[in-house]
Formats: sequence, C-alpha cells, structure tokens
Amino acid sequence: MAEATHGLGGLKYDPAKRTRAPEWNVFGALVLIVVIFEILNRMQGGSFLFNMRDNVDAIFNQQRLDIMILQVAIIGIIALGVTQVIIIGGIDLSSGSVVGATAMVTMSFAQTAMVNGNPNPKAIFGDWAMDLPVIVPIAIGLACGLLAGLINGVLVAYTKIPPFIATLGVMVSARGVARWWSNGQPVSFPTETYGTLANGDLLGGMTFGLLSWPGQNPAVVFVLLAILFHVIMTYTLYGKRSYAIGSNEAAARMSGINVDRHKVLVYAMAGLLAAVAAVLLTSKNLTAQAGMGVMYELDAIAMAVIGGVSLAGGRGSILGTVLGAAIFSVIISGFTSIKLDAYYQEMVKGAIIVGAVVLDQWRQRKRTRG
Amino acid sequence: MSKIILETRGLTKHYGGVHALDDANFILHEGEHVAVVGDNGAGKSTFVRQVTAVEQRTSGEVIFDGQPVQFAGPLEARQAGIETVFQTLALADDLDVPSNLFLGRELFKFRLGPFSWLDRKTMRERTMEALATTAVKIPNVDNPIRNMSGGQRQCVSIARTAAFASKLVIMDEPTAALGVQETAQVENIIRGLKERGIPMILISHNLRQVFDLVDRIVVFRRGRIVASLRKDETDGNDIVSYITGVKGGADVYV
Repeated sequence: MAEATHGLGGLKYDPAKRTRAPEWNVFGALVLIVVIFEILNRMQGGSFLFNMRDNVDAIFNQQRLDIMILQVAIIGIIALGVTQVIIIGGIDLSSGSVVGATAMVTMSFAQTAMVNGNPNPKAIFGDWAMDLPVIVPIAIGLACGLLAGLINGVLVAYTKIPPFIATLGVMVSARGVARWWSNGQPVSFPTETYGTLANGDLLGGMTFGLLSWPGQNPAVVFVLLAILFHVIMTYTLYGKRSYAIGSNEAAARMSGINVDRHKVLVYAMAGLLAAVAAVLLTSKNLTAQAGMGVMYELDAIAMAVIGGVSLAGGRGSILGTVLGAAIFSVIISGFTSIKLDAYYQEMVKGAIIVGAVVLDQWRQRKRTRG
Repeated sequence: MSKIILETRGLTKHYGGVHALDDANFILHEGEHVAVVGDNGAGKSTFVRQVTAVEQRTSGEVIFDGQPVQFAGPLEARQAGIETVFQTLALADDLDVPSNLFLGRELFKFRLGPFSWLDRKTMRERTMEALATTAVKIPNVDNPIRNMSGGQRQCVSIARTAAFASKLVIMDEPTAALGVQETAQVENIIRGLKERGIPMILISHNLRQVFDLVDRIVVFRRGRIVASLRKDETDGNDIVSYITGVKGGADVYV
C-alpha cells in the first residue's frame, strides 16, 4: 500500500516515549522512607540502617536487616499469590484463614511420636501418623491450600458472586476448620526434619564482604518464588491472560480466553502459596495454632497495593509487590526503631494502605483523562 | 454471480418482547463490500451480534462459506474466518500493542499449557508489519494502550482485524469516535481490504463514507431489512428516505 512508508516513519522506536515503569515510583518511595527513618534515628542518636557499634565489624545493622527480611518473607509469599488474584481483578480475603487451617492439618501429620522420652502430648492421630517422612505433611499441606484456592476460584468463576463475598465466606469457614481440627488445641512437636524446614539455612550464612545474607529458609523461599512468579507473569501465557482478564474481562472472553478456567487456576495458585507460607510458619514456630495467620490477608493485600498493584485489576507486578513488602517491613521496623508504640503502628499502617489506594485512584483518573 | 460468502435466512432476534431483528434475509458475495445503515435501534448491531455469535439468535439460518453454521461464541466465528471490530473496543487497556493484536492467539517459543513461553519478539515484529500497512502512527508499541488516543486505539483494533482477516470482516461503526485524519486512515485500511478481495460488512452512520467505500447499501428499519441498493443505482436522499421510513414499507429480498 502507498501509505506504508508514511506509516513506518511514525513507527520508529522512540525510547523517550516509553512510559516509565511504575515500579520505579515504588522504589523511590522505599528509598525515601528509609532515608526518613534514618534521619529520625539519627535525631535520637542511633541509626536505622547502619551499624553504630564499634565492637562489631559491619557496615549495616545486621540484626535489623535480618528481622526485616524474616518478618516480611512469610506474608510476602502470601502476597505473591494475592498479587495475581488482584491483577485478574479479584481479591482474596481468605489467605490468612487458609494459613490457619493448613497449619493445623499440616502439623498433625508432621508430629513426632516421642517427646523427651514421653509420648507426644499433643498427638492428633495414632502412631500411624507419627514420624512420617517430611514430604507427607508438606504434600498434605499444599493439597489443603490448593483445595481452598480451588473453592475460591470455582465460587468466583462459576457462581459469579463478587470475589469479596466468596473469599470472605471461605475466610470464615477456613478459620472454622482450623478451630474444629483439634478442638482449638495447638498441634505441636514436629519431627526434627520438619522443624529445620524454616529454621535451617539453605545458603549457610553467606556473606558478601561486610554484608551478610540473613539466609534463613523462609527468606530464601520467598526470593525464589518471587523470581519464579515474576518470570511466569512476564514471559508466559499465564501472565498475559491474567493481565488481559484484569484489564478487560469482556475483551479477554471475546478473544477466546477461557476466563473462568483461568480464574480458578489463579485462585488455586494463591491457595497454594498460602499453604507454602503455612508450612514455613509452623516449621518456624514448631507448633500450629488455630489463630495463626489472622490478618495476614490484609497485610498481604497491603503489600500488593503499596507496591502499585491496582485493585481495579490489570496493573501491577510481582516486582512491585516485593518492593511493597520491603516498604511494609521498613515501616514496621522503622516505627519500632524510633520506639513508636505498637498501637500507633497499626493506626499508621491502616492510613498507609488507604493512602496507597487513594494514590492508585488518583493515578487512574489522571491516566484516563485524555 | 460470484460465490456467496454469507447468507442469512429469516434471521430473528427477540429480547423478551422486543423484536430487535425480524426475518433478516441478507446476502454477501465474495469480494463484495456492503454497508449496513439505519437509524439508532434499527437492528444493525443486533444483526452483527447474531452473525458473529456474540448472542444466540432466536430463529433463522446463517450460511457462511457454503455451510449452515451455529457458532457457540465469537471465538468460533473468528476461527471460521469472521473478523470483527466491535463498537465497544475489545481491547485490553493495560496491555501493549503486540499483546492486544495477538490476544487469544499468541505465538509461542514452546508450549507448556498455561505456562507456555511467549514469543514476544516475533509478535512484536508482526505487529510492526501490520501497523505499517495501516499507516497508523504509534510512538511506542511497547506502551500500554491506555495512554493512547482514541484514534490510535481504534487503529490498533482495526489493524488486528485487517492483519488476521481471512474470509469476512465486519466493522461496527469503526470511525464513530475518530477525528478527520484518523477516519481517513481507517478508510484506507478498508480500501486495502477491498484490494485484497476480502468481503466486508460496514455498519456506519456516515453516508459520505458509505458511498465512498462500499458496493451495496442495505437499509435496516425497526428490526427489518427495508432496502438493498447498489451504490450506483441510488443516492443519499434515497437512502435517507428508506432510513426514515418515507420509502419502503415491505421487506426486500436481494
């Protein structure tokens, strides 16, 4: 066609016209918050990030970094799943309760028969369920999370009720399962192998000069899963479909994407990730309690939202959520470092979540204006 | 007469008690471009939705490429070779241009169920080729289309249709929201389809455009086809008379 050359002129790749990845904004916010806490700490004669003790040969405040990474890792794993659910335009309120239910079920297959020469006082099942190979409780736990995720997905995709309601129902029911499982009693005393899952260190305390990696397994698992899902969301059909559905469900349907089946898959993935968190949490604490994971779903959603994942669906990324988790963790540690009371911490946390959503709405309005 | 690519016999659609489309008998020949005109609510879009199986017809027959068809949905219609630009843009705003062009028919480096690895490079190259034929200016195809103008987005939508067009193209008000220059671009794409011999049904309110682009004009009024006129045997006033009901009380069979 004659117009072809005319068109090609306008099609030259123009890097200046590339919109900046929103993750940079989140990263900027992270840096800013760190700097603020550093300043606040300096005003009190301490330091947020850096080692101030003369007798320790380190640049950074290793203890604080370790705590920050560990406290974020387990909820961060949940947030990876919640991120995908939000990207397809859904929401998952059940993940905290799924952690609770999965924790109870998993732990009861991870128990050891003898504790200090006595029979396990917290035994749930008979001898047949004692000292099983570690793969058994892990497999059962993952199956448990997968089942919860499938229930969420099927409810959302095939009954067409709002995801908020569907997952709220599962949230309440799963907490019920957690309490019913052992009549509210904690399940404790796992096998030694199970106990080392989260307390061991796969990387064996790697050090990079004066910076050492906190290297506990939950952090390792979080980082590996984050990389895995970043790749899946960026380079595979799974990711493409997720963004398409969250962006314009009708268009996705019209393009032949099996939207309902994909939704089930994404919710199932979120359930699976909640189960991974449950396994690590019980292994780390060497016990399971029916109240485990309460409010985790909100923390996970907060990490995603702070990381720029839009509750309207279609926008956000795994990388954003990882940065959001970092901000989340910095804020909590930061408040502790300036000795702010825990009550204030929760109030401010709530305000930050609302603020992040307001910011998202504002960005959206700005974008759709033209 | 050349081969018939699409024929509807007694195509009817009722929404409850509303007869949106009544006994539509329509024929489209190979390589022919036909405009469908009519007032708002005359049944034009309803007609398209039945042919493309966005909705299921109440009664009647659709014969496509010589075979009676009953598509279960728009995807089946598309797989059979009917490409459609819908009035509401079927685009995903948060995806970039290649992702939108290949939405639902992605190319892969290797297949692994839902985790199949996308061949982003080839999709991007093919997108550039498709856009080049449409003379559309898009500064950077890697940006999400949310940030693009209405015209650019519509051109992406039409480029998608033109790029994958095989047997029949249907466009529902493709230039309704566009400026003068963008409208000209879309019209060029349509002329390109004509050159390639791909038949088209164009729904439009713009009679100037209709007379410029198509061979034959079909007029809908109150859910019925009231006229089917060759472009050189009619004029604007004649068409308006049919649209407004001054002319043509009875059904017309082509």
